[in-house]
This record gives sequence, structure tokens and C-alpha cells, in this order.
Amino acid sequence: MENEVTIRIGGESGEGTISGGDILALASARWGYHVFTFRTFPAEILGGPCMFQVRISDRPVKSMGDYADVLVCLNKEAYDRNIRDLRRGGVLVYDPGDFTPESDDFITYAVPFNELARKEVQLFQTKNMVMLGAIAGLFGPPLEALLQVVESRLSKSRKANPILMEKNRLALDIAYRYVREKIDKRDPYQLGPVEKADRVVLNGNQAVVAGALAAGCGFFAGYPITPASDIMEAMAKELPQVGGTFLQAEDEMAALAAVLGASFGGVRAMTATSGPGFSLMTELIGLASMAELPAVIVDAQRAGPSTGMPTKMEQADLSFALYGGHGDTPRMIVAPANVADCYTLMGLAFNMADRYQMPVIFLTDQSLTARVESVDRSVFRPFTIEGRLEYGKANSNGANGANGASNNGKHETAAALAASFARYAYTASGISPMTIPGPGAIPYSATGLEHNEHGHPDYEPEDHTAMMQKRFRKLETAAQELPQPEPYGDREAEIGLIGWGSTEGAIQEAVDRARAKGYKVASLHLRILSPLPDRAIRDFISSVKTIIVPECNYSGQLANLLGARYGLQPIRVNKFGGIPFTAGEILRAIEEVC
Amino acid sequence: MVQSTTPTLTLKDYKSEVKPTWCPGCGDFGVLNATLRSMAALKLPVDQTVVVSGIGCSSRFPHFIRTFGFHSVHGRALPVAQGLKMARPDLTVIAVGGDGDFFSIGVGHLVHAALRNIDITAIVMDNETYGLTKGQTSPTSPHGHKTKSSPYGLLASQFNPVATALSLNVSFVARGYSARPKELAALIEQATLHRGFSFVHVLSPCPTFYNTFDAWDAAVTPLPEDHDPSNRLKALEYALDNEKQYIGVFYREERPTMERVAREVVEPHEFRIEEYIQRYA
Repeated sequence: MENEVTIRIGGESGEGTISGGDILALASARWGYHVFTFRTFPAEILGGPCMFQVRISDRPVKSMGDYADVLVCLNKEAYDRNIRDLRRGGVLVYDPGDFTPESDDFITYAVPFNELARKEVQLFQTKNMVMLGAIAGLFGPPLEALLQVVESRLSKSRKANPILMEKNRLALDIAYRYVREKIDKRDPYQLGPVEKADRVVLNGNQAVVAGALAAGCGFFAGYPITPASDIMEAMAKELPQVGGTFLQAEDEMAALAAVLGASFGGVRAMTATSGPGFSLMTELIGLASMAELPAVIVDAQRAGPSTGMPTKMEQADLSFALYGGHGDTPRMIVAPANVADCYTLMGLAFNMADRYQMPVIFLTDQSLTARVESVDRSVFRPFTIEGRLEYGKANSNGANGANGASNNGKHETAAALAASFARYAYTASGISPMTIPGPGAIPYSATGLEHNEHGHPDYEPEDHTAMMQKRFRKLETAAQELPQPEPYGDREAEIGLIGWGSTEGAIQEAVDRARAKGYKVASLHLRILSPLPDRAIRDFISSVKTIIVPECNYSGQLANLLGARYGLQPIRVNKFGGIPFTAGEILRAIEEVC
Repeated sequence: MVQSTTPTLTLKDYKSEVKPTWCPGCGDFGVLNATLRSMAALKLPVDQTVVVSGIGCSSRFPHFIRTFGFHSVHGRALPVAQGLKMARPDLTVIAVGGDGDFFSIGVGHLVHAALRNIDITAIVMDNETYGLTKGQTSPTSPHGHKTKSSPYGLLASQFNPVATALSLNVSFVARGYSARPKELAALIEQATLHRGFSFVHVLSPCPTFYNTFDAWDAAVTPLPEDHDPSNRLKALEYALDNEKQYIGVFYREERPTMERVAREVVEPHEFRIEEYIQRYA
């Protein structure tokens, strides 16, 4: 018996396919298992085919799994769409009232979902509970684990009532007993008891929100867009509870403009968007860079170009995040690799924005926004908040003798001080102490025009040159100060994989499987894409013979970047259908090289 | 520290060392003068006042004033100002700019500023032309107006800023004239004191590309003394007058402001991640 199973549920959106999957994942995680989910969304607002896949294991899981071990079909279309992803020899659970499967490649279990819901439970809406009861009876987790989740969910729902709860319980129970009595189990998948662990279960967007709040974000402005809207909705609810404020903007330009306004006011501020909205923000990103204002911009990448496929995954905004905008515009880019990163790297992103007075783009993607993972609770620790370098404050390291200077109450002095205050002072690090409006602060004007050290408009060639160098110097300083990634896998590797973003799990699993087959492989995963962790990349490149860069985009955007920066010509492995990599696909790429 | 308790503040205390870049005779000098005068009258603390602008001749404004300033990008003065005020309700926030900023590229923001009623003041210097880019038509240029971008005469109709603001139910709507800086200063003063989104439309001619001084000298008329600023319909009638350019306070209404209401919806508490994450256990 294997204490690991990947279950895919295929059905119609609106009939409880996704919520059923959610409950299965949560119940398994609470029971002590590691979970990793993958789901697709229909293009339709109501209805349309959808699927939910959950990998459940007693070991940590890094990817969604190459194939489903179990496919549960709630209708014939689900079978047609998903059967190719069922492992040969895997289990197909279907409703004999819907269709009869044609292939002998699978173990088949017939469970009359519709009939049980209609005739036995006498409430058709409980069809997904019938399905869950059947899954519990066939593979696990125990019925009580499911029941607990169902009860706690329903108690929070508007539809909560004792009759519905009773019907749900009945549905779970009837299906459970049905499969136990009628089905002759012939598969190896059985989730046994496992040690309890202190984990929490959440998706990428939920972790981003937790991270933003823990980082002390006090202002959010945004505009609804798939798949970033739930970040906005959560911030709308949570921010007022912690003394922050929220604004639903009229468009994405207004959203980032409002964020920059709040940031000018000294408040940690962010927005969250996706491709089309991110495009609209470009001019404001340039302003943030030029006026040297901190801001965190989450771009939940979806498949482009243009409106593209809003509910599908792609990693194709890297080049745009790096270079989008007119002029040479320093900005920072952080890319989480998993749900835990969505939390911890938000803390880092806010600190980076403040420390380097620069926009930080947080590149997540659609698959990660919706990916549910079980994460050790210990990941969710408070952050050390590193604020801005403020003029005249203790943390100011004294550009132009600024240290300790303060406005002493006589306004003649105030005027003189204001005239001498160099908001954009040239410093060795490029970071200039700033002020924040409030009693005693020395005023200055932030501007998108080129300016001198005092912030006054200035078009002199030598000043523009010096200011460009100062702004870019901050990236050099950051490259020295920020953490460098560690390679994963074989220390004597001949083949090296370099990746970024949500593909890390699939890449590392491929490395593990390749090493088990005897290949000498390692991987390096980049969480900060600007400034690049130069040292780690150079060391890694020089330590291996061949570099493979797997990414979910057409043009090989990281490969292009590494090529331009290090003269590297890596083997490109690109997937751009809207679905993330499986570990098996990356493993095949490694095997092709060997 | 410059505080509201400092006894005698004058216009000079609010003037920065940066000299205006405007053409001689530009209406914006009068608006700057009136703004500085209103600031001195209100004894606004320079360290707690922020002047926000977009792009255009008039948007250079913040650089000429000693308060905090934020010279942003074209069209976005209002969202920058609103974000700032939402996050920092303790500050006095004034958004300034021209007809291009407020009625063309950024006109969408005007609608939402009106709906939100965040306590900021907008001062719009309208010269009915694009001065910085040398004289193309603006939304407030009259129909038929001939410029380099309308060689056959402007084919579009003329935008009416005050009527639009009134129709949007902006909670304070006024118009002033740069050539009458004393009255203008008084209007800006009232607008700054008004709690909510206040909109001051200022006729501010461009002597270089579209000199409207003579026309406006003739057309500018104070609103009748008996005008009741709570009567929005009557205000709209004055705003729609084709012959006269009425100046004064058209409309005024005290309404809840969003930056305040947003802070009253729930009782805030300190954030603790250990507690927050429990919902996912």
C-alpha cells in the first residue's frame, strides 16, 4: 500500500467539483498529510468543465505529480478531457449512469453518484459529498476528517442549516458504505494513519495577503483582475481591521498612483494585478523609480499576450517586469517559488522597497495563486521590519552631514534647512536619506523630471549622468546585500538547471528522480531576478557542463537574460500551453541531454 | 518647525527658492500668488502640507512652493493625492494641474474623486490650450478653434468643467480668475477648509498660445450675491451660461469623507501573524 496518491476530480463548474476537491485537500492536510493542489478554471462565469487535482503524501510534495493515480469523473465530458492524464494502471471512478469506459488500461470502479444523491440522500446538491464519501471509502482520508471540514465550512456559510448539514453527513456516509460493500478494491492506494504535524493549509494569494499584513502594509489600492482579485478582496477586508486603508481604484494607473501617494506619505503600500493591469502601470513604475519611492507591485502572471487566457498559467512577464518602461529604469523583481515564499518574500519585498527606495515587482503566477499547499506553521513568523533611511533620524548614515540635523523651530532656519536639504544626495550606496511629511520634517518635492540633489528640475548633462548612476548604484548595493540562492542536488553535477518562480518544485523533483537514475544533476532557483544574484549564478554556471533553463513561456525570457548577462547559451525547455510543468517533463529534458 | 502657531506667516514663507518657468504674463503666476496667499492666511504648516500635480505648465507648481510636493505623471494628480490622503488623513493635500491633466488624460479620475469625496482640494488652471506642447487644442478649447492640431477648426465640442463637476455632485465647486488673485485666494482658502473633495476651476490664460485675457476680462462676472450655494440646480444654470463666466462658490455641501469613514467601519487592533494564520490551521 502506498501512502501517497494523486487524485483528480473532473466535473462541471458549479456542481461542487472544486469545493469537493478543496475539502479533500484540507481534510487530508489536517489529518497529517502533505498536500499540493492544482486546478483549472473554466472560461465561463458559471458552468463549464473544470478539474481539481490534489497530491496527498506522507512526504513533503513539491509538484502536482506527472499523472493522476485516481481519476474521479462526475460526467462523460470529464472522462474525455482527463483520461489521458490518468496513469496507466491507475483507478477510474465513474458513474455507470453517465457512461461506460472503453479502455482496459485502468482499474475501474463504478459508483452511481447521481443515483445515490437523488434517490438515497434525496438531495441532488449533495453529489459532491457522495463523491467525497466514495473517495474516503476507497482511498482515505477517514470519513471523520472530511466531516470535520464540511461541518466547519458549512457553519460559516450563509446556507448554514441543520437539515443541509444532516443531508451532507448522510451523503458522505451512504457513499462510504456503498463503496465498502459493493466494490472489490484492487488498487494499491490507501492513505494510512500518519503522524500529526503542525501545518497550515492555504494558497499562494492567501499567503501573499498574510505576508503583506505581517510586513506592515498600511495601504492597498487595486482594480479587479483575474487571478489577482482575491488579494484585493482580502486586503479590503483585513486592512481596516489593522488600522490600514483600502481603495478600489478606477483603473490600474490610478491604483499605482494612489499607492505612490500613500508611499510618499511614509506608509507601506502595495497593489496587485495581472498582465493587462500591469501593462497600464508601466508609466507609474517609471515614476516610482525616478522619484525613488518604495512600492510593492504584485503581478500574478497569467497567459498572455493581450487578454490571453486569464485563468491559465504562464511565466511570460519576466522581460516586461525587467525592462517595461521608457528610459533606463532601475526596479527590483522578486519571484516566489511556492506558497511559503508568497509569505516570506512579501516581507523581503517590503523591506527591499523601503531600503532601496524603489518599486519591487512581485512575480507570482496563476498556478501559484490558486495552488493550495500544506506549510509548516513555523514559516509564518513575524518579520523584522527594516524601514526607510530617514533624514535626521538615528538610522540615517549621514549623507552630506545630514546626520542629526533637525528643524529647530525657527522658521528662518527651517527655510535655510529646506533649501540645503538634499533629498537625492549622491551617496556611495546610492541610497539618499528621505523625509516623510509630518511635524518637523523638511519638505521636498518628488518629481518624475530629472532633478538635482535637492529634487529641483535639472537637465544638465553631468547631473543627469550622475543621477542615473546614483539610481542604478542602488541595484549594485542591493546585489551585495541580498541573499544568494544555494544550488540543489549533486555537488559534482554536470548538468545544471536554472529556474525561477513557481516551477521550483517540479524542477527539484526532476533533479531527485534523475539522480536516482544515476545522472549528475543540480539546480539553481532564482527568487530575486533584479538585481540578479551574480555570485551564485557565476559559480553555478562554471561548476557544470550543460545548463538547462526550463520556463513556462515561449521566448525563454530567463534564458535570454542569462544569455545577455553571462554569454550563456543554455538549452531551453519551454512550455506555454497554460499548464505548469510536471516533474516528468523536466526529467525527460534532462535525459535528452545525457 | 513651522507650525500653525507661528504668528506672522506671509506669502514669502511659502515661496521656494525655485523660480517659476512660466512665460511672462502667464495666468499661473496669479494662481501661484493666490495659493501662497491662502496658505499664509490658513497658516498651513509646510511640513504637513503636500501639493500634488501631474504634467503641464501649471503642474510645475509644487517646485515653486516650500511645502512638500509631488510632481507626478500626466493625468494622475488626483489618484496620487487621494492615495496620500487615505493613508495620511492628518495632512493637507492639494492637487493642482491644468485642463489637459484634469479634463483630458485624467478626466476619468475626476468622476471617482467626486464619488469618494476624499478631503483633498483640486485647483485646475484652465487656459483652454496645451501650453507645454505649444498650442494644440484642449478639451476646453472652443468648438471651431484653429490650432496646429486643429488646422480646419476644432471639430469637437467644448468641455464645461464647472457644469461637469456639479453634475458629478462634487461637494465643493468654485471658479476663480487668475487676474483677480485676491478673490481667488479667498476661494482657495474656502476650498482648503471644506471637508471633502473641493474643486476650484481657475481661468488662467496663456498669453503665448491662446490669449484669452481680454475675452475673460469681459466675461468674468461674480455670482449674484443672493446665490444659494446649496442650490445645485441653480448653480448648474450659472455654469451653463454661454455669455458669462461666473466666479465664486457655485455649490457646497458637507458630506462624510471617505478617509474618515474608512477608519470607522471596524475597530482596529494590532496585527499578529500567529493569530491571523490560525484561520488556515
